[in-house]
Amino acid sequence: MTLQLVLLVAVALFSIGLYGAISQQVVVMVMMGIELMVNAVILAAAALWWFLTPVVDIQVLLMVVIAAMTVEMAVGFGVATLIHRARRSDMTDDATELQQ
Amino acid sequence: MAEYLPLIVAALIPLAVPVLALAAAGLDAALTARARGTSVAVGAARPLREITRLLRQQRRTVLGADRLLWRIGGVGLIVASFLAVIVVPFGDTVAADLPIGVVWFNTIDVALWALWWMLGWGANGAYALIGGYRFLAQALAYELPLMFALTAPAVAAGSLNVGEVADAQSGLWFVVSMPIAALVYLVSVAAFSAWGPFSPAAGRDLAGGVLGELSGIDRLLVKAGRWCLLVAGSAFAVPMFFGGGAGPLLPEPVWVVIKTVLVLLVLVFAGRAIPAVPPQRLAEIGWVVLVPLTLLQLLITSIVSATGTGGM
Amino acid sequence: MIASVLFWISALVAVVAGALVFKVDSMARATYALALSFIAVGVAVLTMRQDFVGIIVILMMVMEMAIMAVFMISYMGMNPALMPMDMTHAKRPAAAIATIVFVGLGAAVLLIPWPVIDPQPVEGLTEQLGEAMMGSKMLVMLTVSPVLFATIVASVVLASPRGRYDRYGDRLRGPAHDPEPGGLGR
Repeated sequence: MTLQLVLLVAVALFSIGLYGAISQQVVVMVMMGIELMVNAVILAAAALWWFLTPVVDIQVLLMVVIAAMTVEMAVGFGVATLIHRARRSDMTDDATELQQ
Repeated sequence: MAEYLPLIVAALIPLAVPVLALAAAGLDAALTARARGTSVAVGAARPLREITRLLRQQRRTVLGADRLLWRIGGVGLIVASFLAVIVVPFGDTVAADLPIGVVWFNTIDVALWALWWMLGWGANGAYALIGGYRFLAQALAYELPLMFALTAPAVAAGSLNVGEVADAQSGLWFVVSMPIAALVYLVSVAAFSAWGPFSPAAGRDLAGGVLGELSGIDRLLVKAGRWCLLVAGSAFAVPMFFGGGAGPLLPEPVWVVIKTVLVLLVLVFAGRAIPAVPPQRLAEIGWVVLVPLTLLQLLITSIVSATGTGGM
Repeated sequence: MIASVLFWISALVAVVAGALVFKVDSMARATYALALSFIAVGVAVLTMRQDFVGIIVILMMVMEMAIMAVFMISYMGMNPALMPMDMTHAKRPAAAIATIVFVGLGAAVLLIPWPVIDPQPVEGLTEQLGEAMMGSKMLVMLTVSPVLFATIVASVVLASPRGRYDRYGDRLRGPAHDPEPGGLGR
């Protein structure tokens, strides 16, 4: 259990999350990919605190990360609800107005 | 010897909690029998007969059931109740003396959201699934007030360690100095155990709800798990609001058990007396009434503990 | 030693459960696989002696996933457990990008000479965190709380199909016309 190995685990989690966020069509599944990426960030930040510098700043950062995750989820569900009401589906391919 | 005490307590928890749960279930069945005018003794023995019946009963297979999640939900309730009790101090002995025991209890109670819902989902039945959703609906109503209710004693004690919260009540029990938090806590215990007014998740109008498709040992585990959760909630109330092991003559661990039984009795009788509330009505009550009330309680508690005027 | 073993078990569970999220064809299982991944990361954080953060990650994420499962199921509109199907697009580019990111970040992790110290548990870390949030790092708290409040308002505005005119009529008078009455009879 060294810093590099822990960070490698975090990188693996991050990559899986990234794959999911890009490849999934359903909004909620995309959110799950993003959550997995944030999960990796939590692990990495905790490892940096433990192996590099035990200052409380990183703990505060972790709190911000967790708060950011809740914001992401709440707004994501709001948007998913809106899209679902308008389109009867929640696929990202149906919500491309901003692309045009 | 002293270093093994936490282990002994930890080993006793999976024995003591179900025994108390069985006693509570027996009392409930006896009261039902008396209300119906049948033999109280036969009624009191009903849970025992139910246990032997369910142990012998063969599992029904349900088509398309999500077995994995269903089993996790089935075993989870009773395990969660044990995990909640490990942070309760019996005198100086705690099975797991976590520095953040209060947050631990909160985590266990949040895990119940997932477990109850899995029970409903796994069965692959409409009624069971509606039961699972009913639980989530009432969970949304009770969870936030419960969190604030748990925060108040922690603020007053200046610690998240359950033992220190209990010790902080040497002057005045928190049930006296913060009655709203104590009341909200007890209501939430009934809610996360799906007991009394909060039982629609397993309601008769839904053919048993989450219990509907369960049979044999699974049904036994879930029914026992509900009662065990009620016991766990009562046990945790003792260090949080009822002064922990404080009491005359008897040793501290005995007082913890006595107080647990008393809180449990209150929950059983109150739960029987209050009719079931539809879960869809609870959100408004929870957020418009209970959240402001518990926040007010927290404000008062914070001011009092910040100014340091004794008693708390 | 025990911490190390525990860490590796939880790291393995976290990665495997994370991969299962996009592998299983049941929405409920996908959601709870993600919950399991979060629980495992929470345990891993606990092995690095950060009690509060570790437990809070578990608490928040189990709750979040319980809600997420509900959204998953209500918006998919079908039951993939009964009807296996593929709800993905651009799988190959996604896999390529993910692999490149993994190799790049992984190389960075291995090549950077980290100034590692000998890790020691910090006494009273939770208290320090509380003091920091309410003291020297107060600005963080001051920023996060309005953001969270704005989030509540914004999500309700986005999600709610009915405003007060739908409830009380054009003159905003009289009893509310709700499909389901609330608990207070308002």
